[in-house]
Amino acid sequence: MDIAVETRALRRVYRSRSQEVVALDGIDLRVARGQRYGVLGPNGAGKTTLIKILVTLLLPSSGEAFVDGLDVIHQFRELRHRIAMVSGGENVGFGMLKVKEQLWMFSQFYGMPSKPAKRRIEELLERLGLSEAADRHVSALSSGMRQKMNLIRGLITNPRILFLDEPTVALDVGAARDVRDEVRRWMAEDQTRTVILTTHYMMEADELCDRVAIINRGRVVAEGTPAELKQQVQQNAIVDLQLSPGSRLLDALRGVDGVAAASVSEQDGIDRFSLQLSSDAALGGVMRVVEASGREIRGVQKREPTLEDAFVKLVGRGMAEEEQA
Amino acid sequence: MSHPSALRIFLKTIVARSYPRFVAANRNRTWLITETLLPLIGTIAMIYVYRALHAPSRYLGFVVLGGVLLAFWQNVIWAMATQFFWDRSGGNLELFVMSPTSLSAILLGMALGGAYVSLTRSVAVLLIASILFGVSYSVAGLLPAIGIFVLTISALYCLGMLLASLFLFYQREVWHLADAMQEPIYFLSGFYFPVRTLGAFVGGIGSLVPLTLGLDAIRQLVLPGTPAFISLGWEVLAIVVQVAVYAFLSQVSLRFLERRARQDARLILRST
Repeated sequence: MDIAVETRALRRVYRSRSQEVVALDGIDLRVARGQRYGVLGPNGAGKTTLIKILVTLLLPSSGEAFVDGLDVIHQFRELRHRIAMVSGGENVGFGMLKVKEQLWMFSQFYGMPSKPAKRRIEELLERLGLSEAADRHVSALSSGMRQKMNLIRGLITNPRILFLDEPTVALDVGAARDVRDEVRRWMAEDQTRTVILTTHYMMEADELCDRVAIINRGRVVAEGTPAELKQQVQQNAIVDLQLSPGSRLLDALRGVDGVAAASVSEQDGIDRFSLQLSSDAALGGVMRVVEASGREIRGVQKREPTLEDAFVKLVGRGMAEEEQA
Repeated sequence: MSHPSALRIFLKTIVARSYPRFVAANRNRTWLITETLLPLIGTIAMIYVYRALHAPSRYLGFVVLGGVLLAFWQNVIWAMATQFFWDRSGGNLELFVMSPTSLSAILLGMALGGAYVSLTRSVAVLLIASILFGVSYSVAGLLPAIGIFVLTISALYCLGMLLASLFLFYQREVWHLADAMQEPIYFLSGFYFPVRTLGAFVGGIGSLVPLTLGLDAIRQLVLPGTPAFISLGWEVLAIVVQVAVYAFLSQVSLRFLERRARQDARLILRST
């Protein structure tokens, strides 16, 4: 297998006078060339630290990492020709520049000849539906347009490996879809290209990635294709329960016989519980606990497992809970 | 895998990074007022002080030439020394660092663009104030003065490159640091009076900033009768040494910054 990215026992500790935070705690990854590889985990899991090490911005505290066969610690100058990174919520560049000028400027930092760079910029602007914004000032762009521009910045130089750090964070549905579509298209053009994507959107990882590593608290807790990861919870019945707000119920639900895992999130004033039941019969016990709590049932739905369910099973709680912990 | 040479990337980066500054100067018309006319007010105020004191006319020339070089000092402090701090906040700095270019090329690009912006402003100050107040200069000293001016600006921007990395190490709100360096340098460099007035010790300290010696040398050349701080030849030599020393120190500092930054995430990574 041709490996694009490999890490061995990668560890990164942030130290300050008062505390020590272990951001990565022995990460082992192997990403094959040509893959769209997702690194999935809650905020604070260590995803961004991992990316910053792989793009040569940070040194690991210990362990090794190789990108495109090059050691990120010692061969970083050569590696920088071969990679690009686009982060979500980027506000880079200069507001008074026009979009096409800003993109040209960044292409020059890679030594691209101006004419091919401008041609490539025009082509990418058109592909991402930004041709009309080419002469608009960067400061006048919406967040969706800005992120598409950032993605173009990452693509102009034809990197062998593209790192996307939460690329669709805070984007509306349409803009996020455009970004994902372009990533797919770009990968399809050349089978040797590789994308490493960090996200905490399960749907995104499921939809876009060939393989996914779920990381939590600096460790890889599972790795596989989205289908393989979801299969871990396939034997369970997944039930979504929507309840009116009320007293804490999660622990009581977790204690019900036959409930393998449970998580909760709040949306539009409704508590949405996601339950993994070892059999449909467990639903009776769940309903009795709900009834005793006095909460009103707003909806019950049985559905197919998602990566979120796999995460809950692996970690013991949902991503939102993990971020608050 | 072949890729563009380091020299090609270096040169292209200088042009590309200077571009936003050229654009800013031409595209944002209000800057013409804030960058040119407002600083002129300070220069004119000092001219009126000297007039009220019935000072010799060359004193008006001291002020005008001080105003010309003042523009460059402000540019170095606010648009070079502090720039990496802003670039870090916006996320530019991490993109600069992870690209194959060098921070020296980025800073040289900033310097080139910044010098252009400051030149526009300083020429405006020179022409408007000289015409308004009838300041005259020795034509014979004009060409060598331009040479010394170019040398001084080179030394100044090399100092700016050094300060850019030092300010980043400081980590806190750099505008306080920039503020703290502004007024003392106005004083020590003798922007509005001959630096000889300060005496050898204070003038010597002020001479660490290339402007002090450059300004004194230019005044000696175009305003005959200027009380010289040290002789012209020594001043030129000292500025040449400053170009070399500040250029060298800025390289050392940038390399140290790049090395430290990979260990200490706060130095270059934007905070999210």
